[in-house]
Amino acid sequence: MNQKGGTSSAGNGGSKSSSSAANRNSKKPKYSRFTQQELPACKPILTPGWVISAFIAVGVVFIPVGLASLSASERVVEIAYRYDRTCVPPDYRKNLVAYIQSTETNKTCLLNLTVPKQMKHPVYIYYHLDNFYQNHRRYVKSRSDKQLRSREYERDTSSCAPEATLGNAPIVPCGLVAWSLFNDTYQFSVNDKSLKVSKKDIAWKSDQKRKFGSDVYPKNFQIGGLIGGAKLNSSIPLSEQVDLIVWMRTAALPTFRKLFGKIEVDLEANQTISVVIQNNYNTYSFGGKKKLVLSTTSWTGGKNDFLGIAYLTVGGLCLFLAISFILVYVFKPRPLGDPSYLSWNRNSAVQMN
Amino acid sequence: MASSRPLLMASPRIPSSHDFQSISTLNDLLKPASTDFNNPFESSVNSESIVHSSSRRTGTSYQRRASASNSVREMNFGDLGSRSVSYGSNRVESEGFGTSQKEINDEDARLIYINDPAKTNAKYEFSNNSIRTSKYSVISFLPRNLFEQFHRVAYIYFLLIAILNQLPQLAVFGRGASILPLAFVLFVSAIKDAYEDLRRHRSDRVENNRLASVLVNGRFQMKKWKHIQVGEIIKVPSDQSLPCDIVLLSTSDQTGVAYVQTINIDGESNLKTRYAKQETLLKNPEKEKISGFIKCEKPNRNIYGFLANMEIDGKKMPLGPTNVILRGCELKNTEWAIGVVVYAGRETKAMLNSSGAPSKRSRLETQMNREIILLSLFLVVLCTIVSTLFGIWLARHKDELNTLPYYRKKTFAGGKEEDYNYYGLAPEIFFTFLMSVIVFQIMIPISLYISMELVRVGQSYFMVRDDDMYDEASHSRFQCRALNINEDLGQIKYVFSDKTGTLTENKMEFKCASIYGADYSSGAACEKVGYTVQVDGQVLRPKMKVKVDPGLERLAKSGKGTHEGKCIHDFFVALAACNTIVPILTDSNDPTVRLIDYQGESPDEQALVYAAAAYGFMLLERTSGHIDIDVLGERLRFDVLGLHEFDSDRKRMSVVLRCPDNIVKVFVKGADTTMFSLINKSLNLDVIHATEAHIQKYSSHGLRTLVIGMRELNGPEFEQWQSSYEASSTALMGRAAKLHQVASSVEKNLTILGASGIEDKLQQGVPEAIESLRIAGIKVWVLTGDKQETAISIGYSSKLLTGEMTQIIINSSRKESCRRRLQEALDMLRNCTRSSRPVALITDGTSLVYILDSELEEELFLLASECAVVMCCRVAPLQKAGIVALIKNRTDDMTLAIGDGANDVSMIQVADVGVGISGQEGRQAVMASDFAVGQFRFLVPLLFVHGHWNYQRMGYLILYNFYRNSVFVLLMFWYTLFTDYTLTTAITEWSSMLYSVIYTSFPTIAVGILDKDLSRRTLLRYPQLYRPGQREDCYNPKLFWITMVDTLWQSLVVYFIPLAAYWKTTIDGSSLGDLWTLVVVCLVNLHLAMDVVRWNWIMHVVIWGSIFATIICLIIIDAIPFLPGYWAVFHIAGTASFWLCLLAVPIAGIIPRFVVKILSQFLCPDDIQIAREAEKFGHLIGRGGSEIEMNRSSNPLRRQMS
Repeated sequence: MNQKGGTSSAGNGGSKSSSSAANRNSKKPKYSRFTQQELPACKPILTPGWVISAFIAVGVVFIPVGLASLSASERVVEIAYRYDRTCVPPDYRKNLVAYIQSTETNKTCLLNLTVPKQMKHPVYIYYHLDNFYQNHRRYVKSRSDKQLRSREYERDTSSCAPEATLGNAPIVPCGLVAWSLFNDTYQFSVNDKSLKVSKKDIAWKSDQKRKFGSDVYPKNFQIGGLIGGAKLNSSIPLSEQVDLIVWMRTAALPTFRKLFGKIEVDLEANQTISVVIQNNYNTYSFGGKKKLVLSTTSWTGGKNDFLGIAYLTVGGLCLFLAISFILVYVFKPRPLGDPSYLSWNRNSAVQMN
Repeated sequence: MASSRPLLMASPRIPSSHDFQSISTLNDLLKPASTDFNNPFESSVNSESIVHSSSRRTGTSYQRRASASNSVREMNFGDLGSRSVSYGSNRVESEGFGTSQKEINDEDARLIYINDPAKTNAKYEFSNNSIRTSKYSVISFLPRNLFEQFHRVAYIYFLLIAILNQLPQLAVFGRGASILPLAFVLFVSAIKDAYEDLRRHRSDRVENNRLASVLVNGRFQMKKWKHIQVGEIIKVPSDQSLPCDIVLLSTSDQTGVAYVQTINIDGESNLKTRYAKQETLLKNPEKEKISGFIKCEKPNRNIYGFLANMEIDGKKMPLGPTNVILRGCELKNTEWAIGVVVYAGRETKAMLNSSGAPSKRSRLETQMNREIILLSLFLVVLCTIVSTLFGIWLARHKDELNTLPYYRKKTFAGGKEEDYNYYGLAPEIFFTFLMSVIVFQIMIPISLYISMELVRVGQSYFMVRDDDMYDEASHSRFQCRALNINEDLGQIKYVFSDKTGTLTENKMEFKCASIYGADYSSGAACEKVGYTVQVDGQVLRPKMKVKVDPGLERLAKSGKGTHEGKCIHDFFVALAACNTIVPILTDSNDPTVRLIDYQGESPDEQALVYAAAAYGFMLLERTSGHIDIDVLGERLRFDVLGLHEFDSDRKRMSVVLRCPDNIVKVFVKGADTTMFSLINKSLNLDVIHATEAHIQKYSSHGLRTLVIGMRELNGPEFEQWQSSYEASSTALMGRAAKLHQVASSVEKNLTILGASGIEDKLQQGVPEAIESLRIAGIKVWVLTGDKQETAISIGYSSKLLTGEMTQIIINSSRKESCRRRLQEALDMLRNCTRSSRPVALITDGTSLVYILDSELEEELFLLASECAVVMCCRVAPLQKAGIVALIKNRTDDMTLAIGDGANDVSMIQVADVGVGISGQEGRQAVMASDFAVGQFRFLVPLLFVHGHWNYQRMGYLILYNFYRNSVFVLLMFWYTLFTDYTLTTAITEWSSMLYSVIYTSFPTIAVGILDKDLSRRTLLRYPQLYRPGQREDCYNPKLFWITMVDTLWQSLVVYFIPLAAYWKTTIDGSSLGDLWTLVVVCLVNLHLAMDVVRWNWIMHVVIWGSIFATIICLIIIDAIPFLPGYWAVFHIAGTASFWLCLLAVPIAGIIPRFVVKILSQFLCPDDIQIAREAEKFGHLIGRGGSEIEMNRSSNPLRRQMS
């Protein structure tokens, strides 16, 4: 029987007993709840009570949350104005691209927006772009995070094509993303009194601290043959170029907003805000839309009813399901765990009949 | 034991399946020959002789006797590798003797000059004796291991994708991220392989550096094993294992006998005898130089065959398998043996046999591959959609491409204007297609393969550790030899069982005898008697005590004065002599008493010899030349003149003895079917009839019977026999056939001496286990070599057959009558299908010969599939395999074969699941099996508990893996539609790679190993709960499609709720990606949590732990400043919408599945659901089946708990 000795090593490991009988017996698996798969366990069963209370609980939680979210969204005041068409002089409406590309045309545009309801500060100013695929793979990849971060990697432009170098000199910041920096500007005034637009905290603190170096200065930027967008003041380090930083956080979706600034005063209802727009950015060549958005925020963010509606729907559905299940249980009850429902018992019952 | 390594290596499948096949083919190869060489008389009974012996046990052991007698059996093993065997055995082809008819060709032979290794190895470089079982060396490890791992198609797929991703045009992911999952999987497996190989290296080194005594310059010197060369002479002391294959020259025994234990080669623990040739016996190589050469066949893997000639001093003699000792054998009870090395190192038969066998694949995995193909179709569809849409977009915007700020087709970097990364419309579409394959690659779940492997390892850990499958009697645990088919255990529909050793214990006990027409069967009532004799002042006592019949004992002791006494005398001499048992003396506690241990290959023979000893005919010594029997206190010497070994078509063996009174007698022992036709019917017809009646009675009690006959040879007869015997046993070629003829010439006109009845006890718990199997809807077929009556009686006692069953018996020896019988039976079945009386089909090997492989097969199948029980008696090993194949080929049902002996090997290998019983009969069955148990009754926990769990877990695991990967792929696909079809991933590449490796894999593995839908107790109480597995309830195309629809819904919820919540906001890609990652991980884990049945602490840890791990990983990834998503997760977590999404998505995603689940559970509950409720609420009142006390010593703790 010693051929079995080889296989028993696993069981022998723990036993210190030297008697031969014990040695032989040590092949027997040692009993433990774990090895016998008998660990204490909870075996939840979806009883009617549990199911109904679960549905009711979801309903009870979701409906108030939904209502709260909806009302928060209702309280948000948002002014959105699409200006890409209206800001083009009527003569150029036929040839938008020529208008925007020309250096001679007047890009200044005046707007008057009426505040529908009181807007408590801070009022966020966004520019809204539509049909601009900032998540396009070619676009997203065309940047160099190392270069942005530190001066040492200034020449790290390999991923930046087609805006990597100017001759042999590296472009800082390189890449399509930086190159296409949004360059419309807005100036606001109420009753001929200009409103101060604060750029404080519009970019992520983490980006300013770690991602964009304070020793990295723009170089050779936007001086090539093709101008994509805004120019940068080459005496200000990247970590201070908040508009660039905001822009470089590429949007997740083709329709997106980006923070332009904040107005730190309340806007009263029915006030008229005049906006001077420098309409520089070329969205015409691909049919993109540009909007100016002024909005307050709530705890849920901006004006968006979706989550509230979703919560109300799910909550309502759960309550409905709870009621339906109560009905099912009332009209078609089944005792749980009744062995007579077992298929073989049913079959034999049928046979007996 | 060290040398056991080459053969008993811990490999998932047996290393040496081929030699088992050779065992099983043996019978078949011999059978055709019989028709060619038999005399007409034999041919006429050929139809009967094809079936196996009535005592199969004796049969198989005799058949291995090739190694224990002086004769040699030649056979052609050329076609052993192929599995195309004919199951019906009357396809007569004489190729079995092909090689035996011709000399060994010079080009096919190797010449070995004895004691002249230089000359031996001069012309051919024979391999030296160092062995290498390790697969890799330091240098070859990497390439070879990788090569082997990439045998998996899935890995090649992932490798191709990783390579694609390296092309600059297609680099969707960073280089590191794209290789990560594949590298991880490869790395884990490589570590495992390296560790295993390291152990092999170590044991190789130990093995190669062992010392053996080798003749160098006329003296034996110690030499390392690895330096031993072919042609050298080595000397092996007792209890040492052989370093290489040697031809015996001489041994310490005068007659040149050496006893060896072949446990490392074929697993048999009994001693076998090997012989040195007379011519070399007396030579002492240290004193005189032996010169000569051996011409032997090329190395082959047949461990039962050896064909060679030896020429010494100009005298030529044949060598057979009995003259060689193989590497790995151990020398026992022989002080020393000297032999010449013929095969060394990797050319030894043991090493040639240690190659692996192809592994089985589980049913579930095969079905899974079907769905994997579907998934790849989905993948192609998704990729086509993406690339087509992208093509359309490109075509529509082709004029704007230059000015689009986010596209910028042109670059001016080099001073001149040129296209940048734009290759034209068609290539762009093609690249997009490839890129989308890269992005959506995990649609084919790479982690599934490794999860399945890990889960199976875990499952087998628990199966091996199961208390309920531990055999107290033999101290053997459950063994899981195949790691690929755990889940098949949950789907078995047919169990094919061997009888002896499987249903019964195979502990033979002599029960009764019929001697010369008188029945002596009252022995059972008496006490066991230990008969002793006094020899040389020492008391000799047989090791085992036997119950004796007092009447018979009295008669036996009364001497041979009467005719009756003479018969009894002859009967017991036959029992003691007509066998190949070797008595071994062992010391007992009492110094004056020595025990005789009868070592032999057949338990029947052992029982007979012990019985003879108890009645005063004690076998004391056996050499190749004589037998010493102590007959009632007087030591008598019988010269053994010849021995006709057992073979399966003669079904008998005979020995020619010169008795002390100088009369030459031939004693024959064999199965009644063949024996009665040899008995001289003119004498004592009433004795024959009485014996026949007794045999009938014995076998109806479930006893195994053997008939013993005898004949005195007169002078001329003897001389004629002797000359032809010598001629044929020294014949160089065709020896077996000639011996066969010689045997037939003396085994005739016999006087009947009597018959013996041997009991083979049922194993514990067999009837209960069979009943449970039946309740579970498993058809139990018994395939046995035993007689029909024996089989039926065992059938009754094991509750396989019941009184209310209609029995259909088919045993005819002609094809036409078989056809008629089958037709009648089928008609009968059709007529009485209304009545629910179960039908039992009983057939025998003879009929099967005509049925299998003919057009009747179909009818047999139709009939058998209607029957509740099928018993096949007297079937040969290959017929067993044929019957299994009959079901396997014609149905989709899973088959399980269980057996313990070499004759079950073929059926174990053919069946979907092969279970070996580690019992009395060596370990071949175990070595060939996928699982090994100690007792038949362990099938019940194995199938109902572990099989059920494994199947249900694995089915769920696969579906869940499909689901979780598809959800993720679809999520990315939806996003692609919003990125201008350019395959930007909001989810970082690292997350998308870690998703299936870390974020979601541990819970699935834990569930696959640990979750239990029902407790062990419930499953054993209601065997019917096994049926869902047979019906494929846990994994089928319907479930797959339901899962896919659910997947689609969930992916929509996961994608669009956050999308809509953050629509028209300043959200950036990385933040939204983080949100999506977290939501999808929460959703899939919640989904899993909903389906987990048993929540123990491990489940809690892995499920909540993996959500936690995901958060940690997201934080780590977002803490790397040069990744675009720096700090994104913290920013998005600061918005309320994030938390609202996190709550809403999983709940909205899970509602449909939840509703469907509770509705189906409540309105149309399946059995498992009801049993689960009953388990919880304690309504286990109605008993579905008999509960089986599985383990008597089972822990009281368990009883209280479940």
